[in-house]
Amino acid sequence: MPLIDKRIVKHVALLSRLELNDRELELYSSQLASIIGYISKLNEIDTTNVPPTSHAASNLKNVFRKDVLRQSLDIKDVLSNAPARYDNFFKVPQVIEGK
Amino acid sequence: MREDENRYETVIGLEVHLQLKANTKAFCGCSTLFGQKPNSQTCPVCLGFPGSLPVLNEEAFYSAVKVALALNCKIQDLIKFDRKNYYYPDLPKNFQISQYDMPLSYDGAIYITSGPEKGRKKIRIKRVHLEEDAGKLLHPEGANYSLVDYNRAGIPLLEIVTEPDINSPQEAYDYLTRLKAILEYLKVSDCDMEKGSLRCDANISIRVAGTDKLGTKVELKNMNTFKGVRLALEYEAKRQIALVEEGEKITQETRLWDAEKSLTTPMRTKEEAMDYRYFPEPDLVPFQVDKAVIEKIRRELPELPEAKAKRFSSEYGLSEYDANVITGQLEMADYFEECAKIYQNRKTIANWLMGDITAYLNAENLTIKQIGLSPSDLVGLFNMIDEGTISGKMAKEVLIEAMKKGIKPAEIVERRGLSQISDTAALERVVDAVLARNEKSVDDYRKGKKNALTYLIGQVMKDTNGTANPALVNVILKRRLGD
Ligand SMILES: [Zn+2]
Repeated sequence: MPLIDKRIVKHVALLSRLELNDRELELYSSQLASIIGYISKLNEIDTTNVPPTSHAASNLKNVFRKDVLRQSLDIKDVLSNAPARYDNFFKVPQVIEGK
Repeated sequence: MREDENRYETVIGLEVHLQLKANTKAFCGCSTLFGQKPNSQTCPVCLGFPGSLPVLNEEAFYSAVKVALALNCKIQDLIKFDRKNYYYPDLPKNFQISQYDMPLSYDGAIYITSGPEKGRKKIRIKRVHLEEDAGKLLHPEGANYSLVDYNRAGIPLLEIVTEPDINSPQEAYDYLTRLKAILEYLKVSDCDMEKGSLRCDANISIRVAGTDKLGTKVELKNMNTFKGVRLALEYEAKRQIALVEEGEKITQETRLWDAEKSLTTPMRTKEEAMDYRYFPEPDLVPFQVDKAVIEKIRRELPELPEAKAKRFSSEYGLSEYDANVITGQLEMADYFEECAKIYQNRKTIANWLMGDITAYLNAENLTIKQIGLSPSDLVGLFNMIDEGTISGKMAKEVLIEAMKKGIKPAEIVERRGLSQISDTAALERVVDAVLARNEKSVDDYRKGKKNALTYLIGQVMKDTNGTANPALVNVILKRRLGD
């Protein structure tokens, strides 16, 4: 069980593009540590012969849709929540580096 | 430098991303049409609105299975999708639906033949998995912002990853060419690098030849053509060798190929941000393909390039090299076969296809289907040569014009009055006229000046606007001159 400390919270915050100040780092570190600690109680159960469950509907498989067109959203609606736009594009702060 | 280079071996692995041909995206019903108005093909699912649910496109899934089987992969017993998390403006959900530990398929292989004299080489395929494409970012010149078009977000994408079995930039090129041929045969994608429906990244490291330990690998991105991949790998191998020779360390990093400057530069990125925190995609249930269904799909795979090349060798007597070249493109292979049905000299067909026709297609960036020359037109041209109606040299000119203008060769020959005069009586009349006005040359010839004959042949050709059958002119002239 990885220990939740300030270093990990800082790392996860960076990955999530969240800016946290020192006080928040402190707060979330202790809160997350106690949550993870609580959940880790589950580790006490022996799951050697239990297959991992990644889905709630455990017996459901192969749910497909046919390759048939459906109406897309109107561009007006698509862009209505955009903080910034240019023509029909979403406008974002400049991205300089490649992905 | 060359000697130093030979001490080293290049180890390359390639990662190809292929957009699968489908009417709709991988997990929603939005259109996949290329070149439409920005963001006009988006919906709550592919924009990642809260509460929306992805549902997998059945056709795209089975296309993926088809590719996996054609690349000799094993299909996973239980197939699962995962979320690959990263924050980037081209990714509306902040995660990409991809596959991590239970991908669609694994452990495949294809074979390449590097040049006419070298043997077959196996390139193992590590895995083929299904994922979704990201949106497209534009960076307007001089602007301090970027623009995003999500029409591409969610288009079904296959990731095809090799083991590090490729040992030279040329092998990488050959692998890509062969892979593309297979994908074209399967008709599952446009395979168009310009439109971005096929993209390739590479991993490359070097090591002293004969040793096992892999060197530090560098990832190369931003190559837009197969030739670009080869050039980037050549550059990068040289760069790494030079570093090692100078006793310096190779940094594990991603580098971008700059096609204009012909070099690679490090990509600015925070390494820390490359932690994708994969976890199962809870909105998609697992998938399982029945063994019987797998076998049915396998049986129904079309004849693939390697098998077709073998058959062309045995059925049409083509050399292994010719058969490989002709079957390298499905359209070319089909075209050859149409010609072979109606024309017996298969070597002739292959020579013309691989020679003048391919040269023209490459120069014009066209495919054989895009020029208005049908197989029967081409065979018509062969027949005209065989019957002596036109010379081989004329045929080449006629062919170029036919391809350029989309006119039937027979029509060009007719219109331009190109058909060779093979009518003996007609030619005799021309020859007699030429002899009558060139008494001096006739004399010279009879006195032993054999090159006077060449002059006389030239005169006959001139009088017939080059349409006389030269061999026949030669015979008639000699007969008239008493040889
Ligand atoms: Zn959509």
